[in-house]
Amino acid sequence: MILVSNRKLTADVHELILQGNLAKDVPQPGQFVDLKVPRADLLLRRPISIASVDNDTITLVIRASGEGTKALCARHIGETMDVLGPLGHGFPIDFLKTDQTALLIGGGIGIPPLLQLAKELHDQRVKVTIVLGFQTKAALFYHDEFERYGTVLIATDDGSFQTQGTVETVLDQQLKDLSADAVYACGPKGLNRMVITRYKHHPHAYVSLEERMACGIGACAACVCQKDNDPIHNLKVCEDGPVFRTSEVSL
Amino acid sequence: MNRLSVTLPGLDLKNPIMPASGCFGFGEEFAQLYDLNLLGAIMVKATTLEPRLGNPTPRVAETYGGMLNAIGLQNPGLDEVLAKKLPFLAQFDLPVIANVAGSTEEDYVEVCRKITQAPNVRAIELNISCPNVKHGGIAFGTDPQTAYRLTKACKAVCKVPLYVKLSPNVTDIVAIALAVEKGGADGITMINTLLGMRIDLKTRKPVLANITGGLSGPAIKPVSIRMIHQVSQAVKIPIIGMGGVSNVDDVLEMIMAGASAVAIGTANFTDPMICPDIINALPQRMDELNITSIESLIESIRKERHG
Repeated sequence: MILVSNRKLTADVHELILQGNLAKDVPQPGQFVDLKVPRADLLLRRPISIASVDNDTITLVIRASGEGTKALCARHIGETMDVLGPLGHGFPIDFLKTDQTALLIGGGIGIPPLLQLAKELHDQRVKVTIVLGFQTKAALFYHDEFERYGTVLIATDDGSFQTQGTVETVLDQQLKDLSADAVYACGPKGLNRMVITRYKHHPHAYVSLEERMACGIGACAACVCQKDNDPIHNLKVCEDGPVFRTSEVSL
Repeated sequence: MNRLSVTLPGLDLKNPIMPASGCFGFGEEFAQLYDLNLLGAIMVKATTLEPRLGNPTPRVAETYGGMLNAIGLQNPGLDEVLAKKLPFLAQFDLPVIANVAGSTEEDYVEVCRKITQAPNVRAIELNISCPNVKHGGIAFGTDPQTAYRLTKACKAVCKVPLYVKLSPNVTDIVAIALAVEKGGADGITMINTLLGMRIDLKTRKPVLANITGGLSGPAIKPVSIRMIHQVSQAVKIPIIGMGGVSNVDDVLEMIMAGASAVAIGTANFTDPMICPDIINALPQRMDELNITSIESLIESIRKERHG
């Protein structure tokens, strides 16, 4: 795919827009692509979730934290990127009807795939409440974008923007009475674990997990997670996920 | 005449390229990307008697020019491999090399005894070199006597040729190679991964949950080339080479080192099309290097070594 836009959302988070046929082939929000790093010494592709899809482009949000993601974020407009995908299973939404409610919970670099989800739920006339957690105000991104699709509540660890605390603080303090028909989450391990515990028995609660991957397609068994109540089998995050029902996984 | 074809015990290969065990599952995922009939053969994921969950995560870590893995032999167990995984591969014109692992000699023998019956299994690869399990695996591959004994016991129940996969984590790999040859091995596959480790500077803890893992990728190719060169001079049985191969030149270099066929491992992760790409690139590169056929190259190297 061709890189058509590369802009900084925060000090270390980049938004990359890629153009190509792959964009026409993304059936579900929450799927990911596997990007080849343009360096011969870095062998493993980087799994990056798709933040949004628009005709012939996909948008990816990448935090430049290690050498591979830094190299990806340093790509220039017009360059070709080697993209494998779309991979994995995303967030199911078809079961929701007009005026039902969905609660979206995101943290940090886990937030991007929720954007396409929010858009599609909004298009489906579902009422969307979005709770996002960031370390600090300076780390905030996509606030305006999410506000187009629903009510947005934000928590920052240091209290520099809206609620001080975590997304759980917002759920406890501001959304006690919300009974959502569907819950969707993606964030760091702590957030995902909280969501799995809190919504274990919710009939439509989904969480997108992250794990170090090698092949990205289910062949190498690197990125597994524990299957609930099953001592013999586990699940592959890349192939069976990355989105799972809260009832089927343990973290 | 097919200038890419090679013949090894139990294996008539249309070309010398096959995916290495553990990097290709049982072929189901890659079959969605390309026609597996293109491959010379397939080395499927290690199979143990009982299903195994493998190690805790993280199971992989990147290193310069390589990667560490500590999957820990996760596999669905012999029964499911026989009932589902091998039958899936039967739709292809593709010799299967079944990788067999275990914790005890009895485990290995039992898996060999059953998997050798599967109609598309043309050879068995005895995995005495997995560095990522507490019991078995590499323990069978670091002592010549133990390697000899296990090879002999498994050979007795195998109805197809038996290859033994050697570990590079030994002082003298030739001694192990000679021991498995004496034990009745029909061939050798080499090398498995090199034991390695990485530490996360922020947490000050090992990156891998298993602490150590097996190093693979281009970083280890000089080691695999050296070891294949050494072993091919000492044994008469053929070698399927592997260890850091990621392009057509690496394949020819490994054959020049003494291998009769070449397996591709980690490179499948970087580029899932790598095996068919290398197969396509072979004829032109052979022309440039005045190589008439893979068989003639193997023969000329063999003559040089053994007269």
